This record gives sequence, structure tokens and C-alpha cells, in this order.
Amino acid sequence: MNFGVLVFPGSNCDHDAYHALKHIHGIDATFIWHKEHELGNVDGVIIPGGFSYGDYLRSGAIARFSPVMNAVARFAEKGGPILGICNGFQILLEARLLPGTMMANEHLRFTCKFVNLVCQNRETPFTTSIPDNLVLNIPVAHGEGNYYADRELLKELEDFNQVVFRYSDAVGSITPESNPNGSVSNIAGICNKKGNVVGMMPHPERAVETDLGSNHGRYLFESALSHIATAL
Amino acid sequence: MQVDIVITLRESILDPKGKASHHALKNLGFSDISAVRIGKYIQIEVDTEDPEKAREIAAEACEKLLANTVMENYEIRLPDTTA
Repeated sequence: MNFGVLVFPGSNCDHDAYHALKHIHGIDATFIWHKEHELGNVDGVIIPGGFSYGDYLRSGAIARFSPVMNAVARFAEKGGPILGICNGFQILLEARLLPGTMMANEHLRFTCKFVNLVCQNRETPFTTSIPDNLVLNIPVAHGEGNYYADRELLKELEDFNQVVFRYSDAVGSITPESNPNGSVSNIAGICNKKGNVVGMMPHPERAVETDLGSNHGRYLFESALSHIATAL
Repeated sequence: MQVDIVITLRESILDPKGKASHHALKNLGFSDISAVRIGKYIQIEVDTEDPEKAREIAAEACEKLLANTVMENYEIRLPDTTA
């Protein structure tokens, strides 16, 4: 089993993702430079966080035109599992592989802290192993994580079960106070209609060891492991 | 020819930067300013003398990259040739 971790100029969570895959979960991981035209032999793809192209113009706007993104689109089309984390989520939105858009945090501050999340779709390749009723404790670190979808799109996301994570309080209630950035309807992560492409603002790869505050991020990688093992 | 592009957030979208700046202006005593919206100004140099052609190229650039039309509007300003 092999995961590709994309690397853009300005990616800075690529090594964290590699560490979580390889050293914590024993999944082979390969860095894939953004200029590559093919992903090679991979079973899954992680688009890591960071500031690709310095976030110039809009977060993810320039990265989406990197050659590797054509290969990612083809992989998505084939049903390959793809997880975009933070800037990776922004890139997936700009590439229109996921619907909606990202705006500056409502309070305009860069927010770096642990948040609580409830998982609302356990059918994606990255969420099947998340225990029922568990409130995930995973950090966010972003200035532009204010997810926006108009009313029509929001309804569509609900109808097709595309909301994967929502910000909540410690007991799992979805409250305005637990929303760290102003995201519509407390949305922290979504998936495409097929469910194989998932984007989220929180960083599961930074929550894989209790020494670093939480290991709840492991459930996403364990989900990917069992999903791919079943598919192979 | 130089083409100017002004990108603004759509009316329906909250503009936190504009709101914060408006708040600061009010604190400075600018009571006559009733709203602030912040956008982007982009200058491009297009290799043509045909204004319609330049507009077309600029619009395509906006649609493909410069603006996110889900949340932004763009306005293309050509040089004033009547002056």
C-alpha cells in the first residue's frame, strides 16, 4: 500500500503527513513534486497543508494549475481516495474537485488551536474507523478557513450526505461558540458526491501521538488503511 | 495595452476586512463613511491594440484564475481612448 503526498512550493505539512503515514501507520509514502504529470503507483493521495505559492491571489488558486493536479483529477474520477488537509482542502475547492469556497476567518485572526469535531459521514475512505459518538480533538491552524456555500449548495451538501465534519463543543453539540472561523453551518470538512475526495481544515496528521496532545487523527489513517486493504 | 481589473467580493458575501477597516475609520471620526468593501486591483499588460480583444483576454483570465466567481465579481477597465 502506497500513499502519495503532494509537495508544492510552500507546502509545510508534507513531512507531518509522511510521518503519520509511514512511521505511525506503516503505510508506504512517496512525496510527489507538483510538476509531475503522473502520480505513479499510489493507492491514495494526501494534499497537505501549508501555503502553496505563498497563498498569492487566493489560497490554493495557483497550486490548482500545477501539472500534478490533472493527475489528481483523473485519480479522483477513478474513485481513488484523496484527502486534502487545510491548504490541501483549499486547493481541492479551487480545483472544483470539491464544491464551495473558502474565505478569511470571520474574526480575521490566524487561528491555531485544538478544536472539537463531530464526524457526520462515516462512509468515506477516511472516516469508516472513527468510533461512533466520539468527539474528535484535532488542531486547526489557518487564516482562511471560513467555508462558504450558498443556501442552494448547502442543501445539496446535506441531501447527498457530503458534510463530513462539523465543529462542535467537547460533548459534540454544534454551537456557534465552537465555530473557530465563521464557517457556514459549522462545516469543518466535506466530501464529493462519490465520497472518495475529502477536504478538511483541521490537521489529523498533527494528532497522531498522545505526546503531542491527541491521537484522534489516527482514526482517519486507520480508516484509509482498512478501506484500501478491502479494495486491494 | 494596459488593462485594469478590479475584483470585489459579491454583495451577498460578508467582507470581514472591509468591516474591520470601516470600524477603524469610524473610531477615527469618519462618521460620513457608511460602508467599506475591500477588493483587489490587478494590472495586466495585453499585447494587442484592439480594446475588444483585450477585454476578451482579460475576462478569460478572470474566469480561469484571477477571480473566484463563486464569491467574487470582476470589473475590466480599458484605457480611456476618448481623452
